[in-house]
Amino acid sequence: MPTARARRIRWPGKYYLLIAPALLLSAAVVLVPGILTAVAAFTNWNGISLHVKWVGFSNFATIFDDPVFRTAIANNIRWAALFLTIPVALGLGTGLLLLSRPRTRTLYQVLFLIPYVLAPVTNAILWLNIIYDPVSGLWAWLQGHGLVGQVPLGDSHVVLYAVASVDMWHFWGFLMVVYLAALRQTPQDQVEAAKVDGASTFGVFRHIYLPNIMPTLLLMFVMEAIFSFLSFDYIHLMTDGGPANASQVLSTYAYNFAFSEYEFGIAAAVSLIMSFFGLIMGAVYAFLSRRELAS
Amino acid sequence: MKLRRALRSVPGHVVLIALAVLQLFPIALVFINSFKTSLEVAADPLSLPHSLDFSNFTTAWTYGHFGTGFINSFLLVGTTIVIVLVCAFLAGYVLAGKKIRTWSLVTMYFLAAVTIPIWLFLFPLYFEYSKLHLLNSPVAVAFIVAAINLPLAVFLMRSFFLKIPPALEEAAIVDGAGIGSLLWRVMLPIVSPGLVTVAILVGLFAWNEYLITSTFLNNPGSYTATLGYLTMNGTFTNQQGIMMAGAVILILPVLVIFIAVQRFFIDGLVNGATKG
Repeated sequence: MPTARARRIRWPGKYYLLIAPALLLSAAVVLVPGILTAVAAFTNWNGISLHVKWVGFSNFATIFDDPVFRTAIANNIRWAALFLTIPVALGLGTGLLLLSRPRTRTLYQVLFLIPYVLAPVTNAILWLNIIYDPVSGLWAWLQGHGLVGQVPLGDSHVVLYAVASVDMWHFWGFLMVVYLAALRQTPQDQVEAAKVDGASTFGVFRHIYLPNIMPTLLLMFVMEAIFSFLSFDYIHLMTDGGPANASQVLSTYAYNFAFSEYEFGIAAAVSLIMSFFGLIMGAVYAFLSRRELAS
Repeated sequence: MKLRRALRSVPGHVVLIALAVLQLFPIALVFINSFKTSLEVAADPLSLPHSLDFSNFTTAWTYGHFGTGFINSFLLVGTTIVIVLVCAFLAGYVLAGKKIRTWSLVTMYFLAAVTIPIWLFLFPLYFEYSKLHLLNSPVAVAFIVAAINLPLAVFLMRSFFLKIPPALEEAAIVDGAGIGSLLWRVMLPIVSPGLVTVAILVGLFAWNEYLITSTFLNNPGSYTATLGYLTMNGTFTNQQGIMMAGAVILILPVLVIFIAVQRFFIDGLVNGATKG
């Protein structure tokens, strides 16, 4: 097309100047340090000086020999299993309920989203203090009345679930908002046609809504899977991996290597392992959505 | 008929109300306990306060260093928003119009950057910042927060530019507009709702940021409001009323702003999540 061609070459040099700020910022903060991490993972770098020695795969050997690493991986897998089920079910269920309630929809969306817009610091501290505190929290008060057992943050068997509950409480409203928007974009003539054909409520969901929202469901599934392996804020704020490493995840494990033990090389190696999964998922996703972007 | 339909919707509303209570109950506890003494909280966290005593708030304001904290938070958030708006406005225009030959490569890069974990660049970046003496500067740290939020902002702005018919740009150029006045006088007013959405979304993410700010801001004078509040947690662990008053100081402004701009925020979340 002549017009498209003409537009593309009107101010060729200036267009590169326009894209430059975004690219330079991203390159300086993300790309260059990212490449350095990939190099640092094979050195004994302490993060303070530039006296480094190439150590090959010995950082990875150290990590794989460490039982805490295995605990952390297992906890990340548990974390992913929780986040790929409970918030998805809550978000989809409430999304469907709100689909047929146009008048109260906005109000419920705002109420469900409130924990999502508050800072992780505020959310974590409020749960730590007013709910989970062993002396003056709600849990202790209920325990005093014989209604619940021991405070969960001290119990190595349930501590991870106690922290994950807070993170899911904060997160699921976001999924609901995204699912509801996808449900609302389903063509209404398809829904009406199915109803005229005598489809049940479940049949309409299964055959009309579900195929329409499938791309959104899949995209959110990929995102959650990636971010389950990177989760940090709530665990670091509430338990920092304790008690006795019971709630350790890869992110807190890497963070402690870097900033408690000054083993930046090992921390970089853990980062690479964490990122590996996300990078693959990200590449697959970018490849899949390439056609849509080109259009 | 009408009554039957109303009755059928009751179980759904019961579920929705129960979930709304689940979401709001912990936050309600914060508000009612912020007016109570630590003894009253320990005796019964569910009881309502006897009086509206604001002394917990003045104590929390002093020991949470909220005066400095809010200034640093405004510096961080303001700088982040300005950087992201400038970069995403320009990049969104170029990528939406496919103005450069490498547009697909750049788009792929930003698409991959959406899911690039902070962990992949955190440790070398910390080293660079410490060598360049940029630690403990909220303005310098804003560049990191901006870079993290940039891909999402670029895709949001790109989607706003895609809605503009190319004929409009052609007409402006025929009328003799240079690239500067084309962007500033023609494009900027049209995509301004997009800029507002990006500013709200990125502003809130920057305000709530924890991993980057807690790592790069180590000096109490550079703490944001949330980090300053965090330092109270060790000292005032047994003073629940004061801790809860500090939480109210942080929660209330965010709550008010969120309710005021919820339409923009929710639109931005949905478009950012599905187009990013």
